Amino acid sequence: MITIKNINKSFEGKQALYDISATYKPGECSLVIGASGSGKTVLLKTIIGLMEADSGEIFYGNTLLNSLNAKEKKRLRREIGMLFQGSALFDFANAQENVIFPLNFFTNMSKEEKLERANFCLERVGLTNVNKKYPSELSGGMQKRVGIARAIALNPKYLFCDEPNSGLDPHTSIKIDNLIREITQEYNITTIINTHDMNSVMEIGDKIVFIHQGHKSWEGSNKEIFHADNQALNDFIFASKMAQQLKGCTVGTR
Amino acid sequence: MELKFVTLRDFINRNTLKSNFFYHIGHYFLFLGQVFRKPEKWRIFVKNFFNEADKLVINSIPLIALISIFIGAVLVIQTSSNMTSPLLPKMYIGYMARESLILEFSSTMVCLILAGKIGSNISSEIGTMRITEQIDAMEMMGVNSASYLVLPKICSTTLLNPLLTLMSIIVGIIGGYLLVQITGIIMVKDYITGLRFAFTEYYVLYTAIKTSVFSFIISSISSYYGYYANGGSLGVGRSSTKAIVVASAMILIANLILTKIML
Repeated sequence: MITIKNINKSFEGKQALYDISATYKPGECSLVIGASGSGKTVLLKTIIGLMEADSGEIFYGNTLLNSLNAKEKKRLRREIGMLFQGSALFDFANAQENVIFPLNFFTNMSKEEKLERANFCLERVGLTNVNKKYPSELSGGMQKRVGIARAIALNPKYLFCDEPNSGLDPHTSIKIDNLIREITQEYNITTIINTHDMNSVMEIGDKIVFIHQGHKSWEGSNKEIFHADNQALNDFIFASKMAQQLKGCTVGTR
Repeated sequence: MELKFVTLRDFINRNTLKSNFFYHIGHYFLFLGQVFRKPEKWRIFVKNFFNEADKLVINSIPLIALISIFIGAVLVIQTSSNMTSPLLPKMYIGYMARESLILEFSSTMVCLILAGKIGSNISSEIGTMRITEQIDAMEMMGVNSASYLVLPKICSTTLLNPLLTLMSIIVGIIGGYLLVQITGIIMVKDYITGLRFAFTEYYVLYTAIKTSVFSFIISSISSYYGYYANGGSLGVGRSSTKAIVVASAMILIANLILTKIML
């Protein structure tokens, strides 16, 4: 479980996050949604510890992140998997080597065991014949899958995904969402996903936190979000014409 | 007109600190502190060391050989055209070509060329990894990205580039020999006598040490600018340019200091 309490973060005097608190449970896909520039990525990077909060507390289970020294933080990070917005696969390594990368550093597995584990992770995300392909030879969807395979290679307790659907077609987006949800439930991982994809909200939003201009503006589940009494949230989720029409249908049939 | 009040801290952050020479000096040494940590796994370090040696040193051999052979030949032509006095023995042409190659060309000039080749390679490679979040991904996993990426580059170039310098001296001398042989500008015997005349072994050590220092400067400064690149592809280009300019300037300064100390 991850608990954040009163997180504040600013850059050169400009406040990016205001007093954000939330709890993320294992086995659940928790979504952080908001418009571009609202502070989602800053929040995610602050929770992970890639950025330092100005004030506030971040708990991983009972461990307070802020109180850890560099060595302890490093150890904690081995329990965290992350899928970056652009996948962040290493250009110098093929798909299999990308998945093996963390295993090389943090396990004493033999070469065969590492290969077996990498192949298992790649198969788990639905990739079988791309082991020897380099990131530049893979499609966007495949890169995301390799990114997920790399993130789960060390059996993490926590999984962070920064806009896993950006740049993907709706069909592939759904597949990636389902994959993240399956992995979250299968391994009982605490998963936090940054997104502004409404499909993801509908599909996997067990818990949703809406960030508006750096403030936590709303919190709930995907069942509650379309009936939320929050102007900023409604403006965000019904921004597209299609969503407005769907809203009309929903209201009409209610 | 609207007046904007800026706090002192903001003013320092925005206008002074990050463009300040002393800021970069401090930041550079902090970066080196991060780089020179014990590698997480020696096996991975050794593998990366040889990969980098292949990419940065072995791949530079053709370029350095090509330049050295022509420079060796040009040195012979220039020296002979300036030695018009019949009182000066012709063997001095070979002697001066050898001394020029050993003392200055094969260390300083070769390293200035390498600053362009290796420097841009390192800073653009690391800079691209920075802007595509690959470095963040390593940090996320708990890997010391600076040490993993930079230490093998610094070690391989610092330890192996002196061999490039030695090769450059030999190829340069061969270039001069071929010119003498083909054009008959002086007698081959005179050229060879000049090459053997008053040879000081210490100069080879001096040039090897200079090359090591220059290689350290090139790889560490290029890595520094690449590691802190920002602002997309334009930022990577900017950091590459800065890396080459700063590394070249530092090579010239270090050359002066080392020459004063060692000769």
